[in-house]
Amino acid sequence: MAGAAAKVDAQRIDRQVENADQRLWRWLTLAPALVLLLALSIIPLVGLVLTSFQNIAWAEGRAVRSWAGLDHYRALFSDTLFGAGLWNTGLFALGAVTGQMLLGFALALLVSKVSRARVLYRTIFILPILIPGIVIGAIWKLMLNYDFGLANQVLGLVGLGPVDWLGNGQIALLSVIMVDIWHWTPFCFLLFLAGLESLPQDVYEATKIDGASAWQELLYVTLPLMVPTIIVTFAFRLVLAFKVFDEVYLLTKGGPGTATEVISFTLYQRFFTEDKAGYGSAMSVTVIFLVCLLLVVALSARRRSEGRA
Amino acid sequence: MSGRSGASSGWPTHAALLISAAIVLVPVIWTVAAGFRTQISLLMGEVTFSPVLFNFDEVLFSKTSEFLVNYRNSIIVGVASTLLCVSAATLAAFSLNRTRWRRWVVQVFLAWTLIFHMIPPVALASAWFTMLRTVGLENSFTGLILAHATLNLPMAIWLMSVFVREVPKELEEAALMDGATTPVLLWNVVLPVIAPGLAATSVLTFVFSWNEFAVSLALTMKQTATVPVAIAKFAQEFEIQYTQMAASAGLAMLPALIVMLFAQRYIVKGLTQGAVK
Repeated sequence: MAGAAAKVDAQRIDRQVENADQRLWRWLTLAPALVLLLALSIIPLVGLVLTSFQNIAWAEGRAVRSWAGLDHYRALFSDTLFGAGLWNTGLFALGAVTGQMLLGFALALLVSKVSRARVLYRTIFILPILIPGIVIGAIWKLMLNYDFGLANQVLGLVGLGPVDWLGNGQIALLSVIMVDIWHWTPFCFLLFLAGLESLPQDVYEATKIDGASAWQELLYVTLPLMVPTIIVTFAFRLVLAFKVFDEVYLLTKGGPGTATEVISFTLYQRFFTEDKAGYGSAMSVTVIFLVCLLLVVALSARRRSEGRA
Repeated sequence: MSGRSGASSGWPTHAALLISAAIVLVPVIWTVAAGFRTQISLLMGEVTFSPVLFNFDEVLFSKTSEFLVNYRNSIIVGVASTLLCVSAATLAAFSLNRTRWRRWVVQVFLAWTLIFHMIPPVALASAWFTMLRTVGLENSFTGLILAHATLNLPMAIWLMSVFVREVPKELEEAALMDGATTPVLLWNVVLPVIAPGLAATSVLTFVFSWNEFAVSLALTMKQTATVPVAIAKFAQEFEIQYTQMAASAGLAMLPALIVMLFAQRYIVKGLTQGAVK
């Protein structure tokens, strides 16, 4: 308690030491970022919430607004596209992120075992992170093409296929998940590699002396030590997977039917294809609320894992 | 069961890594190669082909093509938004970490950057579009530059915070004892120390702006369209020009390849620091 009081005292003295010039610069240095965030996140969000209770019609280039009450929100419940969008995004996020985590961890383990070629492999593996999402869509639209894509050509060599990767409603979502795994596994790999490289080496020397096998080392030393990194990466990749848009836009446009209808795509169509600003805003607000909810879960998972570590 | 870590880097490790590297590289190489093929050769599924430059010629220089304009637009938006974003982020990182804000101010600010980072940009794009239309900026680069700068701001602030915290406090205190004002302190003491971090953040921010599609699609017109928007158009045409799409995809990947080869260390540093902290 005395320590805390002393700390508060020290802070108060600190505040006094700060002169007028420094106080001014404290504000000035934060101002640009603050203005950008206020203007492009807070204000549009407020506008979005307002619009979600309104109907908007365009007359002579001007918006005519009228109140719609809770109509838009009520309509969300019976919107099968919105339901499909949420369901598919959930499936997509779980499938893609699980795949990325498993493969990323395996790759990180493998790369951490080699010494000479480590930088070379790391250089190759970061490539998909740097390529534009839309180009990744283009690459896989070609690769998965029914007639001439490399995927079906390779399958043909072993006497299988051809598979209609993007046109078959039963596997289109799986194809999109595979493309996303290709895209983001390197990111998980990088985080896990950084995590593995920062593990305390003395623990490994101790297990070596105890004569543990490679499997025992992985199960009883590496994995427990990596749990915080694994939980945090999983939680945040899961939330970020809700952003998926580019690849779907190019590969399937949500089809066939609603097989790959993800939530960003549903939102985009309400706003920009159908020009339903009021309804689209209600949908946006709902999605943002759900993302915040997920984020709270993710943060508490992180806190719990930190508490354990 | 020798337990030596050397034993596990035998041929199975190398085989698995080689296969993984192939899975990453083959689709990219195959697509770039498709840019050098004729449409017929690609459709016939020929394994060998004699490379032609027709697609690149068509994509870059044909009368109907605007790819060079798109390329220029992407560079303008990328450079301008990176300058804006990284400047604002560096100042903010200094402000949040090295001035005397109350703790809750810092926490609320960082929490908001996190929430903003997680929101699907499509959910905000329409509101941005309406705002730009209200102030008459819907057909200029200004809107997209501001949007990209803000979209990348959370990551840039987290990254720059890591680097600003690495500046030794003694250096700052010594400068303050000498009576240095905040701008002098920033320019002469902080900036030289964080320069490598600044480079890493700038490279990442530029790449992310170059790659961004959803917001660019919503906020650009024909004359201001960026490279990803142009590529999406190729895929929408009724009769897809697959080889031209491949050629333009190859051209759009150039910055990524350059960055991968020459700034790989920065990228790794940036991506891991930003995500872990």
